[in-house]
Amino acid sequence: MLKIKNLHASVGDRQILRGVDLEVPTGEVHAIMGPNGSGKSTLSYVLAGRDGYDITEGEILFDGEEILDKPAEERAALGIFLAFQYPLEIPGVATMTFLKAALNAQRKARGEAELTTPDFMRRVKGAAEKLNVTQEMLRRPLNVGFSGGEKKRNEILQMALLEPKLAILDETDSGLDIDALRVVSDGVNALRSPKRSMLVITHYQRLLDHIVPDVVHVMSAGRIVRSGGPELALELEAKGYADYVGAAA
Amino acid sequence: MNAEPRILRTQAEDTFAAEYQAARARLPGGPGMAAARDAAFAAFQAAGLPHRRVETWRYTDLRALVRAVPPLAGEAPSDGAEFADPLPGLDRARLVIVDGVYRPELSDLSGLDGVAVQPMAALMEADDPRIGTAFARIDDPMVSLNAALMSGGVAIDVPAGVAIARAIEIAHVTTSAVGAYVRNAVRVGEGASVRIIESHVGRAGSAYQANIVTEASVADRAKVVWAKLQAEGDAALHIGSLAVTIGREANFDHLVLMTGAAIARAQSFVTFAGEQARAGLFGATMIGGKQHADILLSVDHAVPNGSSRERFKAVMDGRADGIFQGRIIVRPGAQKTDARMMTQGLLLSEEATFAAKPELEIFADDVQCAHGATSGEVDEDLLFYLISRGIPKAEAETLLVTAFLAEAIEGLGDEAIGEAFEKVAVDWLARRGNSANGTV
Repeated sequence: MLKIKNLHASVGDRQILRGVDLEVPTGEVHAIMGPNGSGKSTLSYVLAGRDGYDITEGEILFDGEEILDKPAEERAALGIFLAFQYPLEIPGVATMTFLKAALNAQRKARGEAELTTPDFMRRVKGAAEKLNVTQEMLRRPLNVGFSGGEKKRNEILQMALLEPKLAILDETDSGLDIDALRVVSDGVNALRSPKRSMLVITHYQRLLDHIVPDVVHVMSAGRIVRSGGPELALELEAKGYADYVGAAA
Repeated sequence: MNAEPRILRTQAEDTFAAEYQAARARLPGGPGMAAARDAAFAAFQAAGLPHRRVETWRYTDLRALVRAVPPLAGEAPSDGAEFADPLPGLDRARLVIVDGVYRPELSDLSGLDGVAVQPMAALMEADDPRIGTAFARIDDPMVSLNAALMSGGVAIDVPAGVAIARAIEIAHVTTSAVGAYVRNAVRVGEGASVRIIESHVGRAGSAYQANIVTEASVADRAKVVWAKLQAEGDAALHIGSLAVTIGREANFDHLVLMTGAAIARAQSFVTFAGEQARAGLFGATMIGGKQHADILLSVDHAVPNGSSRERFKAVMDGRADGIFQGRIIVRPGAQKTDARMMTQGLLLSEEATFAAKPELEIFADDVQCAHGATSGEVDEDLLFYLISRGIPKAEAETLLVTAFLAEAIEGLGDEAIGEAFEKVAVDWLARRGNSANGTV
């Protein structure tokens, strides 16, 4: 599904990614852990196609296709979804309007017919109920006045509706209490499928108690420095990142 | 040496003088009106066209901008029917003013039972003493010029207690390169309620000058929604002035949408004359090319316990200049006044500019007043959030700009009018998108 080879990225003079190699096969859930500043969030933005990064070396293959030259909206239509660490508030854009615009834009880009309003409403309603997203939240402007937990549930709702092939979850646990974490994790787990891959980016191991990964990677100073099974997360939790920070410096 | 200052007039000012002299005998009105016109023209001549050293006009220097003066409007060459409806789908009565003259035969007054609608020219002929009273304390050269040259318009009286469900549009149409000087009056009686739309359109490519002055009063406990759509032709000069007095426990919601004309100035003077009154004052500007649009707002809290909300949004593309000057005055003794003014500019191009000048003049000590102003480009983070969900960049930008303007348009609190005005904004953005793609 996703193959990253020797990826180098910088912002201005600052080199952030220094040769990332990573492969996420179809249907697997991979976690990336690492200390602050190791390049985890940059990797998620570069995968999603955000402007402002210079890609100086390497490639990203998605379903065998090079995507580095594709703008973000095309990557989204191909099936890449980024759940934001800090979902943005957009006053004046109703959540429902936004969801419909996103879904229909992707369908249009793939040459599919736009959804009728009743069909769209049915899908939203089904997905929203599972995530405790109320009708009142859907009527409000996007994320405006939402609590941290509501914002994250809204991200997972978008993911459920857009049905991506690859979901990148950037620090989805940040700002969540234990109950909210469970609702969000259940939502994510319900979307696990043999056809869908996930890349779960987190600083803490606790998220991985809920979303159990197939593979854990450690990122440090812009590289993947170690990979292993779920037990690697527990080891990191016990020993911290000190070894890796030292090794990279 | 002779110390007498020499008054230097611009060629445009000389032309105005010649026009006034030639027209004064045939302008409507009795002897009282004629004297008032002479006095108004003398006031205009003494001040001249407003220029950058006149504080309220500092960003719109008409002395420099007005080079030519078109002839005063005479008989209209057409009835204006060729102009597209600026607010399609919105049900409303229409009072049509073509080239400065009210045309009952082109108007639709159905649904206005109980409302008195008269041609302003008839009130002028009768020397109606109410003409000009709303501007008695406002010293503005362009209002003086209007008072000298005004040819007509419409006077609307909504009697006390009458609620008019159907919106009333005062539709201004300018059909050719003339000077059109319109005077309107709207009086809303005690406890009455009405929704007014003021629209302004005209011939594209025609360098006409429209100067519209409207006097309004909102009596105690009355409720008025007033939406202005300035969609003049692209070569026009638009000067619109509204003075409104609001009474005790009255509600006045006012939106000014500016999108047309080469040079536009909309000035609103709102005076709180009764306690416990509330006003919502909103503006939405969207301009591009070399357009210049200047909004002046003056809110005078003359009595205690008034509240006002001011929210003005402006979107500038191309090399356009947007301006907002807002002044809130709290008079001595106007305690418990609650006023909040916010103005925001959104620049869609590097060559566009926005000037905001909010001012508070507070002479009472127990008040809550605040103002804020921002100016910037479309937020890259918000844009990326939308794009990352598959929404193409142009569409994402349109969503964000629409949302930005909607905050002002929806403030009016009138769903039907708000929807029609939002459509004007969406159409403007669609045209902008098309021309950016080179299809127009």
